[in-house]
Amino acid sequence: MSSEDYLKDISEIKNLMSKSSRFISLSGLSGVLAGTYAILGAVYAYWLVNKSERGYLILDGQIFRLVLLDMLIVLVLSISTAVYLTTLKAKKNGEKIWDATTKRLLTSFLIPLVAGGIYTLIILKQQRYGQTGALMLLFYGLALVNASKYTLGYVKYLGITEIILGLLCAVYPGYGFWFWVIGFGVMHIVYGILMYFKYEKQ
Amino acid sequence: MKNLLNNINKAFDHRIRLGIMSILVVNEYADFNTLKELLGATDGNLASHSKALEKVGFIRVEKQFIGRKPNTKYYATALGKEEFKKHVEALERLIKGK
Repeated sequence: MSSEDYLKDISEIKNLMSKSSRFISLSGLSGVLAGTYAILGAVYAYWLVNKSERGYLILDGQIFRLVLLDMLIVLVLSISTAVYLTTLKAKKNGEKIWDATTKRLLTSFLIPLVAGGIYTLIILKQQRYGQTGALMLLFYGLALVNASKYTLGYVKYLGITEIILGLLCAVYPGYGFWFWVIGFGVMHIVYGILMYFKYEKQ
Repeated sequence: MKNLLNNINKAFDHRIRLGIMSILVVNEYADFNTLKELLGATDGNLASHSKALEKVGFIRVEKQFIGRKPNTKYYATALGKEEFKKHVEALERLIKGK
């Protein structure tokens, strides 16, 4: 065997290791779109609250229900965009959308996220509203870091960024709205663009 | 040169065998079809190479049934992981040595 053969062996080993353990078809573009939805949703919520007579949010008003609906729409749109674009990309890469890698990716993402979601609801129910923004960011970040070992490297850095924002948000709960906009809006766009240029644009 | 070649393991001296080990060291296990697809190997080809690796104790095979379909799972043993690591390190040294 020549040196070239050894080199080929090594690159084949690396290729198989990553192909068999990581889902690489995550779409960066869907991150950009999710961030855009989040910002639009936040602008709408901001406008709703400010045009109301009170000028701040209380929990059992009409406006609160609208804000909740607004957030729900952002969530559903983001998830469906991500699933759609990722499926497209997986098809293009010849990667399966539903195999051991994606199952592992989803379970490791969903366990911290669902636990955090339920915990946030409990906190809301106890009327401790100040911490919800921080909790959402924190658990979302933990879920990302946990899932990152099964997908593209940038997901880990996005997760760490969300965790830091969540902790800062816990210290300054008054600025919860802005941390939320940065975490779910701006950061998704930033990391989406980074991922797009690193992995998709050839 | 002789020294360097000591750690090049004959058991890994084939694309399919090297591939099986690469997949198994980073995954808890892999089943027959997953390996087949990832390696682009035929049934017979994969079966004979996995048998060779099993014989030297580098992988462990678990057969079970899911419903009525047989399902074979492959695991890397501690020995297999250790030997594979040495092999990869030897390859890297060979490349750097040039």
